Amino acid sequence: MNPRRILGLTLRYFYLYRSSVPRLLEQLYWPVVDIMVWGFVTLYLSRFEGALPNFLAYFLGGLVLWDILFRSQIGVSVAYLEEVWSRNLLNLFVSPLRPSEFLAASVAIAIMRVAFTTCVTLAIAWWMYDFSALVMGAWLWAFMGSLVLMGWAMGIFISSLIMRFGQGAESLAWGLIFLIQPVAAVFYPVSVLPAVLQPVSAAIPASHVFEGMRQVLDGGAAPVHHLMMAYSLNLAYMIGALLFFYATLAEAKREGRLLRVGE
Amino acid sequence: MNQQTTPAVSVRHLTKQFGDALAVNDLSFEVAAGQIYGLLGANGAGKTTTLAMLLNLITPTSGEISILGEQYPAGRERILSRVNFSSTYVSLPLRLTVWENLRVFAALYGIKRPKQRIHEMVERFELTYALKTRVGELSSGQKTRVYLAKALLNDPEVLFLDEPTASLDPDMADKTRTLLLQAQQERGMTVLITSHNMAEMEQLCNRLLFIDKGKRLMEGTVVEIREHFGQDSLEDVFLHVARGESL
Repeated sequence: MNPRRILGLTLRYFYLYRSSVPRLLEQLYWPVVDIMVWGFVTLYLSRFEGALPNFLAYFLGGLVLWDILFRSQIGVSVAYLEEVWSRNLLNLFVSPLRPSEFLAASVAIAIMRVAFTTCVTLAIAWWMYDFSALVMGAWLWAFMGSLVLMGWAMGIFISSLIMRFGQGAESLAWGLIFLIQPVAAVFYPVSVLPAVLQPVSAAIPASHVFEGMRQVLDGGAAPVHHLMMAYSLNLAYMIGALLFFYATLAEAKREGRLLRVGE
Repeated sequence: MNQQTTPAVSVRHLTKQFGDALAVNDLSFEVAAGQIYGLLGANGAGKTTTLAMLLNLITPTSGEISILGEQYPAGRERILSRVNFSSTYVSLPLRLTVWENLRVFAALYGIKRPKQRIHEMVERFELTYALKTRVGELSSGQKTRVYLAKALLNDPEVLFLDEPTASLDPDMADKTRTLLLQAQQERGMTVLITSHNMAEMEQLCNRLLFIDKGKRLMEGTVVEIREHFGQDSLEDVFLHVARGESL
């Protein structure tokens, strides 16, 4: 991989975000709305938390970490979509840029997006609800790392689907991840799910992260097992997503789909 | 390797099949270094598919492509760093300024001293005043010149052009052709161009390849092609072929 080319393409997204106020606001709009609405709901419900200690921390921790996963995925998928929307994809594919370098630049911009949004949501959670995600200590970074990896894998998978099915599939970039939210144990433990869904939940890296998060917030045992499961699953999904991306690209070249991007 | 005899572009028995449709059918041709070579044919003749295969955007069903002595996929990076492409139908990010776009592509092509090179290009294409303007705010003519500036940024040895003046008025199209010819003559660059503007092809091309239904119909100079079809102009040849009168 050529770092200059990765930096060059990252610069393209940086220029885009720097010049687009709506894109910057979109970065913050839903995370801020989410954390305010659900934060106040949680604050209200926590008055009745006798039977459920740490209710506020569970919920806000879940919200902040879920947003990291979502922003990480959407950062990668939207980088691809930006090229589709601007009809620039062919210019990139006829340049010496390798597909791996394109993905690396997408990941780089996704990291910047996640860092920006997470700083704001953490600050709001701390300022408005006196909740500091930093109480999770070093585990927080391990949780974030796992969610970011899962977001990248999903982002690459979704970009591949958009490459395969065209721009009509772009809503997957915003919607597909919510399909897994009910079984990803974000706001409630896996044990709440019906028995038939628990194995599905166990196959999702994020479920292990959120289970681990609750374990840490409860002051329980170190969530080493959950993290090992999460990172192992992430590794498998990342390999799967990359293989799918390269296979889809090869098929797109065979079928002439790259010329029809944007249709 | 002998630079005099090695063609810049060599295509042998190139075929592309999409399902039952044969888009390109056993096409062979060579483009000598320094030539401006035109691909002609009606809509659906296979020009764009051929161009896309030359740029590694479409994988051929069979046949061989050699560009500057290298083949895809092994030589992809080396080939693409020595060639470039511009099309009226392929845009640059509209929200980015001319400078930002050229800066990004300078990095992608590994240009040394990018600032200097960008300034050379914008001066050549009379775009210096628009350097800080967003591409989306430019006129069609200005955009075309930005696309060409991007296409010449890496000083390509082979330039692929897909209908470069399609959306321009006659005055701007003429200016664009002049700028293109100047750049080509200074560097002895090889150009492979498709266009539906027959007068433009007559003015620019050293040699032409006529394609019909994916097959090679005739290859030669403008004069040879006109004589072969017994027509007075390329426009007449085109109409003759497109209406099936040659078959």
